[in-house]
Amino acid sequence: MSTFVLLLATGLGLGALYFLVASGLSLIYGLMGVLNFAHGAFLAAGAYAAWWAAAGGLPGAGGDGWGFVLATAFGVAVGAVIGASVELLLIRPLYRRHIEQVLVTVGLGLVGVALLRGIWGADPLPFPRPEVAAGVTTIGGAAIPNDRFVLLVAAIAVLLGLLALLRFTRIGLIIRAGVENRSMVEALGIDVRRTFTLVFALGGAVAALGGVLGSVYLGSVSPGQGTSLLIFAFIVVVIGGLGSLTGSAVAAVVVGLVQQLANYYTASGVGDLSVVLLLALVLLVRPGGLSGRAAA
Amino acid sequence: MSDRASAPAAATRLVEQVRERATAGEAPRRRAGWRSAVAPVAVLVVLAALPYASVPLPGVLPGLVNSPGSMQLLALCLVFGGVALSYDLLFGRTGLLSFGHALFVAAGSYTAALALARPGVGLAAAVGAAVVVGVLLPLLVGAVALRVTGIAFAMVTLAFAQAGSILVLRNPGGLTGGEEGLPLNREGLPNLLVGVVNAPYRYWLALAYLALCWAVVAWLVRSRVGHIWAAARENPERVAVLGLSVYRAQLLAVLVGGLLGTLGGVAHLLVVGGATPSLTTSELTLGLLVMVVLGGAGSRWGAVLGGVLYTYLDNRLLELAGSHAVAGLPAVLRVPLSEPTFVLGALFVAVVFFAPGGLVGLLRRRIR
Repeated sequence: MSTFVLLLATGLGLGALYFLVASGLSLIYGLMGVLNFAHGAFLAAGAYAAWWAAAGGLPGAGGDGWGFVLATAFGVAVGAVIGASVELLLIRPLYRRHIEQVLVTVGLGLVGVALLRGIWGADPLPFPRPEVAAGVTTIGGAAIPNDRFVLLVAAIAVLLGLLALLRFTRIGLIIRAGVENRSMVEALGIDVRRTFTLVFALGGAVAALGGVLGSVYLGSVSPGQGTSLLIFAFIVVVIGGLGSLTGSAVAAVVVGLVQQLANYYTASGVGDLSVVLLLALVLLVRPGGLSGRAAA
Repeated sequence: MSDRASAPAAATRLVEQVRERATAGEAPRRRAGWRSAVAPVAVLVVLAALPYASVPLPGVLPGLVNSPGSMQLLALCLVFGGVALSYDLLFGRTGLLSFGHALFVAAGSYTAALALARPGVGLAAAVGAAVVVGVLLPLLVGAVALRVTGIAFAMVTLAFAQAGSILVLRNPGGLTGGEEGLPLNREGLPNLLVGVVNAPYRYWLALAYLALCWAVVAWLVRSRVGHIWAAARENPERVAVLGLSVYRAQLLAVLVGGLLGTLGGVAHLLVVGGATPSLTTSELTLGLLVMVVLGGAGSRWGAVLGGVLYTYLDNRLLELAGSHAVAGLPAVLRVPLSEPTFVLGALFVAVVFFAPGGLVGLLRRRIR
């Protein structure tokens, strides 16, 4: 029983991590039709920025307490700035040429990861582990490391924050309308492109947060970790339905749980494979993903 | 009945219309028929004669052109030229953005390596096994993935390739060797393909593979199904309305591209001397995408040029990175230059921005 609870918690934590990566991807795709292959590089850049700040690069930041919060905030800010500048400088000039935009993000992903590897080396660096995440909580006889809860709380906060943004603000209204029918929004005289930059900045920020928390979870940061997470995030986005935030959240939990439980109860690797199988199954039964929107 | 019979003609008209519109204002195609084969055959003859060239190309190749080191590098370049052609059959010709091509290449490499590891199995049997896998695997992946289009297609193929990558790394039953990969068992190979001295024969093998890919792609894009590919790339709905099955045509593209990719895996195994798990990663597929776009998508010259150039730079830049000239540079220049991926990625982004037709498109514009 205690093993099961531990697996459940770990699966949920993993799902939370997937959601943090997938939510940005999903928003960007839903509004702009761009599948962002540079998302993994955003994530790694955010993690490295936080690591750099915590290691003494930023005065006041550190590996624990408020210092770590500051380091995380710095990483998130770096992610947002990178996301916004990528949109402004590289995506916007290729307006409406989706394949080219995807290609640019592919190139950018390669360049970003190579740059991080060039600066900090290919080997994983030890990542600070704040007091809050280091402890364990006992639930149902299982000692569960707190970093799972940190991930869960962050993911739920991001989900609620993004939903509130979409539901209650003017900019959220434009984003929702843009996802539905972009040409119509433009015809009404609203400059959708400004929201593109915002969505990219948001996606970059959330990815960076995922990168920081993922590094806490793994205990280390390496240039390639974003790329390996990215593939599962893609799977989550497609299962959840491209462009749907709640769909992504549900899919992230399902994928995280399936992966953890199958990996433990059968053989290592079976969980990863069953996630892939799940994707094929969902696409065969509901080509639009769980939320049912057609994925074109 | 007559409607069905005229449907291919209508698809041809659609392609013709599309081509006319796409090339409006440009000079009409200069060559046709057998004359279009002159340039490829000439290049083939020159490449086939390279192992007899005992001349040094300082800075370009390590040692003489026909030294084993240079032959090995050139053979690798040619193999990836062929694999890039097989990928372009999907991406450039059919408009299918696949992120799973690595699966087929790795399947060829690992199937042949596993077959050759058994005592008494020769090269022919190993290639036969690879062909069987190279037919069945693309059919399976294509049949599932083609139920969706666009980005979702890319995701499904990526997922399949990821499954393959996980499988190889997990090393089920000690079969795939995990991160170590599989060494090539040379007992079943003909003597001509074994040993450092015989590097030219492996080079010719790679060249033969590239020529095969070229011939198959050249033949198919001019055939009926080639026209359906081209038309469906522009407007799948219209092709479907004409009574032609886009699904079947695209499945054939996945099958042929996958089979050629699988054979590329076999050629890679013989040239490199082992199956490595790096063949299974999504980085390989992204590399293929970079090659094709760099050279020029939808063009045979482009794909081959991109594949050869990318592989060459990827290998030579690594040596450049370790050289004294780079070590003496300030950090701002040294760090990016020490990463071949950075240079290639930046070049790729520049091509997407400033030369949408790739290097071949750039050259064609210069000639006109």
